[in-house]
Amino acid sequence: MPYDPRLVQPMRDEMTRMGAKELTAVPEVDAALGDSRGTMLVFVNSVCGCAAGSARPALTLALRHPNRPEQVVTVFAGQDVDAVARARQYFSDYAPSSPSMALLRDGEVVHFVHRHMIEGRSPDQIAQDLTAAFDRYCQPTTA
Amino acid sequence: MSGHVFHPGHSDLHGVTVVLETDTGVLYVGRYHEETAAGVLLHDAAEHQPAPGGTTAQAFVEKTLKFGVRAAHRNIVVPAASVRRVSRLVDWTAA
Repeated sequence: MPYDPRLVQPMRDEMTRMGAKELTAVPEVDAALGDSRGTMLVFVNSVCGCAAGSARPALTLALRHPNRPEQVVTVFAGQDVDAVARARQYFSDYAPSSPSMALLRDGEVVHFVHRHMIEGRSPDQIAQDLTAAFDRYCQPTTA
Repeated sequence: MSGHVFHPGHSDLHGVTVVLETDTGVLYVGRYHEETAAGVLLHDAAEHQPAPGGTTAQAFVEKTLKFGVRAAHRNIVVPAASVRRVSRLVDWTAA
């Protein structure tokens, strides 16, 4: 059962503040991921305080890096259930977990951050791993 | 934040994805919740059964590190007497 929307709104707001586009329905997911070009990071948001509480600030930090994905989108696990299920179909080789992050280039997953790579780590540590992936797969962007 | 326990009163491993090895060779990868007299409670746990000619435990863990935990059990209690070792999944590296 989804949490009270009022409870999760700050977690949604944290994502949109950093420039992520929320995908709350299947058509939105398909429109964003269906024929994507360039680089895109998909953040699977979660209410889990111990992991998502570090993952969101980590992404905020990482997106200050000169090299970063051209687009950042987010779906919310346990909240927007259908949208999350559809998004996961685009990276179905990877087991579902939340929070998690998939970095795609031209629709292909080039880097994946599982929940187990987030747990117990500080936002700085997670951001360092993300920026290393950005340096490898993304170009500088002014967006 | 290493060593930080988000939920006060819980073990350091609470909420962390661990590899639980047993005396029988069966291995689980799942999210540690707690250990009680009954055993260790894991959430969303994958299971590896040793079998002749089958995937080794090391290979199973390496695949899990890369592709994530394919949960076979929503919740499972592994009897304490059979637990040989519990370690963080991220501490496992490729052989």
